[in-house]
Amino acid sequence: MAAISREEVAHLARLSRLAVTEEELGTFAGQLDVILQAVAQVGEVAAADIPPTSHSVPLTNVLREDVVTPCLTPEEALSGAPDAEEQRFRVPRILDEDVAS
Amino acid sequence: MTDVTAMTATQIAGLVATGAASAVEVTQAHLDRIAAVDGRVNAFLHVDTEGALAAARDVDARRAAGEELGPLAGVPVAVKDVLTTKGVPTTVGSKILEGWRPPYDSTIVQRLRAAGTVMLGKTNMDEFAMGSSTEYSAYGPSRNPWDTDRIPGGSGGGSAAALAAYEAPLAIGSDTGGSIRQPGAVTGTVGAKPTYGGTSRYGLVAFSSSLDTPGPCARTVLDAALLHAAIGGHDPRDSTSIPAPVPDVVAAAKLGATGDLSGVRLGIVTEFGGEGAEPGVTAAFNEAVDTLTKLGAEIVEISCPHFRYALPAYYLIAPSECSSNLARFDGVRFGLRTGDDGNRSLEEVMSLTREAGFGPEVKRRIMLGTYALSSGYYDAYYGQAQKVRTLITRDFTAAFERVDALISPTTPFVAFPLGARTSDPYQMYLADLFTIPSNLYGGPGISVPCGLSEGLPVGLQVMAPTLADDRMYRVAAALESAVGTLTPPTM
Repeated sequence: MAAISREEVAHLARLSRLAVTEEELGTFAGQLDVILQAVAQVGEVAAADIPPTSHSVPLTNVLREDVVTPCLTPEEALSGAPDAEEQRFRVPRILDEDVAS
Repeated sequence: MTDVTAMTATQIAGLVATGAASAVEVTQAHLDRIAAVDGRVNAFLHVDTEGALAAARDVDARRAAGEELGPLAGVPVAVKDVLTTKGVPTTVGSKILEGWRPPYDSTIVQRLRAAGTVMLGKTNMDEFAMGSSTEYSAYGPSRNPWDTDRIPGGSGGGSAAALAAYEAPLAIGSDTGGSIRQPGAVTGTVGAKPTYGGTSRYGLVAFSSSLDTPGPCARTVLDAALLHAAIGGHDPRDSTSIPAPVPDVVAAAKLGATGDLSGVRLGIVTEFGGEGAEPGVTAAFNEAVDTLTKLGAEIVEISCPHFRYALPAYYLIAPSECSSNLARFDGVRFGLRTGDDGNRSLEEVMSLTREAGFGPEVKRRIMLGTYALSSGYYDAYYGQAQKVRTLITRDFTAAFERVDALISPTTPFVAFPLGARTSDPYQMYLADLFTIPSNLYGGPGISVPCGLSEGLPVGLQVMAPTLADDRMYRVAAALESAVGTLTPPTM
């Protein structure tokens, strides 16, 4: 049985903000199915009482002194932006006009 | 003067230090070599001719002024395109960052500059460091100087190919699941993944933050150690950087080069024995084991029962972290923006931008990670993979109570032909079968040439405990002293 359906892949693409084509959906569904069936092997390991590891370095809450240091200028920070306006990143509208009004 | 491009970094630094060659001459020789062969290798995405010559002139001026220069001053280096370079294009092998010139240098690049090395340019890689062949680069694959119809490994295939083609004596890579070590193995060069946190991730474009580790690539173990020492050490700008000194990897490489491994215990992982290494790779590895025994090492077999789950755990953990990290590529702050016609919403523009900017492997991993992290699947996939990661770490810890280091083939197969594994993504993943456990554990690993199979290089991997990077350099240098370096056919 397939681990993942075409519809589920379409849902994942939406969640991932990827406007995938119909053709890609078919390809990805088959490939993700193979990969998911392989990685599902982790389920064979008896690990109910094993703590998870998110990170190999035993450091937590690394802080520095609250001192101002040189940083990027607004021009440098905006230098790679596709669109900028008044020292800000310009983005397409976020709210529909009727919602915004 | 003999051809400097055939020299080691150590030799080149000696020439510059004594004034037998200027840094400008050395740099120009490498730029000429790149111009002559890179059309066939495609190791470089960007060659920074002006920047390199300016850096070389600076080294020469400092030497003329009587300044004390570091052990790598005047030596050219190629940098994987995953590290930010101020004002110099940084694409990560992706269309989504095409043309981006970062406003700052990564810590690794800052340290390379401080060491007086000369950055030649940026090297090709699988997009966002996801791949084992460079075939997932948006700018075409790099080719293996041993056989240009074959892959140079990946993701750091450009850095490894540049070394094997004598375009650079040193290179920087990054290793999340084997992206330094596997390209080293298949190109007959040396690649080391330091202890996680031993080299700074500041300015390293993130793929999987708990695994990504920048590190050195070279043609000899000593050169790799010198580069490791130059770039390693604590960085306050990386909160996962370990506040401890870099182990003395240079002294360890020199000690190993004496060819004496008396008193060193090495473990062969039982569980790697039955898994899919090609017969030729296994044969070359077994021969290297005999050599290590002759050098005085004691070899024992060690069971690491959870290593067989490392590949599946990795392909849940790394894509999960990737799906989160790559959310920053939204067409707002840098890089590509597609479909912004004044009518479409932000969400539509983001989706069109990401669809146009990312290649297929990146999309697969983002969706795989999104799946593994989604409610209902989290415990069975991402959560379970994190528990397996704990068990793999315990396997390593138990093994290192009995042996000083573990050894294995670096990768199950020699360089495969271009196109051989692109249609089945999981077949590509198998290239990292032996390298992934160290990434999950966080310990260091190095690949060193150990022989040939079918006329193509085979690498031997040495895995050491966390913060014992020096041990792997000693073993690798000892093997190198017996086997010698591998020389590819003339290009």
